[in-house]
Amino acid sequence: MPPDIAIGATVLTEAQDPPRRHPAAVALQRLLHHRLFVTGLALFAIILLAAVLAPWIAPTDPNQLSMRQTFQPPSWAHPFGTDNFGRSLWSRVIYGAQLSMLIGISVVAINATIGTAIGAASGYFRRIDNVVMRVNDALMAFPAILLAIAITAVLGPSIGDVIIALGIVYTPRTARIVRSSVIVLREMEYVQAAVAAGAGHWRILRRHILPNAMAPLIVQLSFLFAYAVLTEATLSFLGVGAVPPTPTWGNIMADGRQYMTDAPWIIAIPGAALMITVLGLNMLGDGLRDVLDPRLRIQQ
Amino acid sequence: MILVLIRRLGSAIPILLIVTLITFGMIHMIPGDPAAAIAGITATPDQIAQIRHNLGLDKPLASQLVHWYANLLHGDLGTSLLLGQPVLYAVAVRLPVTIGLSAYALVITLILGLASGIIAALKQNTWIDQAAMVFAMFGISVPNFYLGLLMIIVFAVDLGWVPTGGYVAFADDPWGWFVCMTLPAISLALLLIGLLARITRSTMLEVLRQDYIRTARAKGLPQRKIVIKHALSNALIPIVTVIGIIVSLLISGSVVTETLFSIPGMGQLLTQAVLNRDYPMVQGGLLILTALLVLVNIGVDVLYAFLDPRVRYDAA
Repeated sequence: MPPDIAIGATVLTEAQDPPRRHPAAVALQRLLHHRLFVTGLALFAIILLAAVLAPWIAPTDPNQLSMRQTFQPPSWAHPFGTDNFGRSLWSRVIYGAQLSMLIGISVVAINATIGTAIGAASGYFRRIDNVVMRVNDALMAFPAILLAIAITAVLGPSIGDVIIALGIVYTPRTARIVRSSVIVLREMEYVQAAVAAGAGHWRILRRHILPNAMAPLIVQLSFLFAYAVLTEATLSFLGVGAVPPTPTWGNIMADGRQYMTDAPWIIAIPGAALMITVLGLNMLGDGLRDVLDPRLRIQQ
Repeated sequence: MILVLIRRLGSAIPILLIVTLITFGMIHMIPGDPAAAIAGITATPDQIAQIRHNLGLDKPLASQLVHWYANLLHGDLGTSLLLGQPVLYAVAVRLPVTIGLSAYALVITLILGLASGIIAALKQNTWIDQAAMVFAMFGISVPNFYLGLLMIIVFAVDLGWVPTGGYVAFADDPWGWFVCMTLPAISLALLLIGLLARITRSTMLEVLRQDYIRTARAKGLPQRKIVIKHALSNALIPIVTVIGIIVSLLISGSVVTETLFSIPGMGQLLTQAVLNRDYPMVQGGLLILTALLVLVNIGVDVLYAFLDPRVRYDAA
């Protein structure tokens, strides 16, 4: 409050309605003051920018061979060095960022739509809850990476198949989180009021329940992005993800394994990029959780 | 407690039923002709027909399903196409290796994760707390195979302290086992240390705020006694519930760790099976590990009921 307002005037100002600000604007402002969130956002932005700007900042084709320039250490001509085929690691790592972001965003989109739909339906319509949640629990009972590996074994080793596999692995986890919010919200008085006012199921879910279930979902999705990128890299590294020479970070690291003593940069650089992505997203997620969903702070 | 056990076993049955059903269905999710996919592109039609017959894929789906469950109840998970051994036998040979590695990593996790979480909570908002939480944040963010590769380069290649990989059975040479399993166990544990440290810290902070801690302090108990007897024993209860998650992550993590360090465990077995389209092995291995995980979770719940009487009363 500005100091020049007299005490007597406070009563007047308080009697007036304070300017109402949109809750999202309040949250955004608090996020931008959250150190962890801002640091995480900055780290993530580096990778995201590299992915978006790939065609401009990495002019060489990531799969272009150059047998005269194999195993070049990082230098001005080759910022990240070259690999055993003389391919530019600068290009490969940047296009790898593009693939990682594509996979992360796709898996997050699958979870945000299908996971929310399943979780909301299961939490809201009691009749289907039991059956849906048993299947959900069964899918969650599988160790995550093993299930992803088994699904890619079945579907095939392309980027699209990996996205489907990660979608199947992680959507049940998202559905469970949405369901638990919906179960609590469904019993709220304002929802009963909406029912009494004659609102239909669809309207109640969309207007009254889901907007209030968003906070834990957003927090979950930011961590999910990190898991998706990490799991995809793991699958590629094991050789069960996208087939070489697709420049995923996991593939680059798997290629570099043979030469790790003489050319450690082939492993170190994509690994560092992967770590920055996951670290950034984890910090971002922590920040989101602190601001949007303080109750969850206790659990983690 | 018996009641909790019965209840949890009861709720595990539908889950295991669906898990087996999903595993059964996997081979039918293969696009096109599964038998042709398994046989590979060089196979003759006769070979494909042979595989189709061997796997029972030529029978109607319902009879395949009955057959699958009948065999499961006999402990028959089929024969590995790659190894020519029964799946159950191959798993029985490899599983102890993975359990040994996971147990070693779990011990490291419990010691370092709990210790750093407790210390961070007691020194809240000091540099010790911040250092521990930065470490934990890195722990949950460093991919375990990246850490493993870096450790191989430093400790195995440059310093030569340990072998770059390989496996010695504990029964043959306990010290040798220890030497070759230390790097894998650390790279497997780091994520879990970070996870456990973060959970332990927040749980401890929550408990330290309780009235009974203030009471204990007010009546002049020494700090050590308050921490161990009053705070920790109560903080441990919620921490126990995450052990199920930790074991799940250990199993997932061991897949890549074993491949990286050439340890002949379940992870390596399954990766090889996937790469060679050995579907019976993939199905059997996945099923056994998942069933094991379900059992661990039941054990955790029973332990939880044992530690926290409130859960027991709720169940009764």
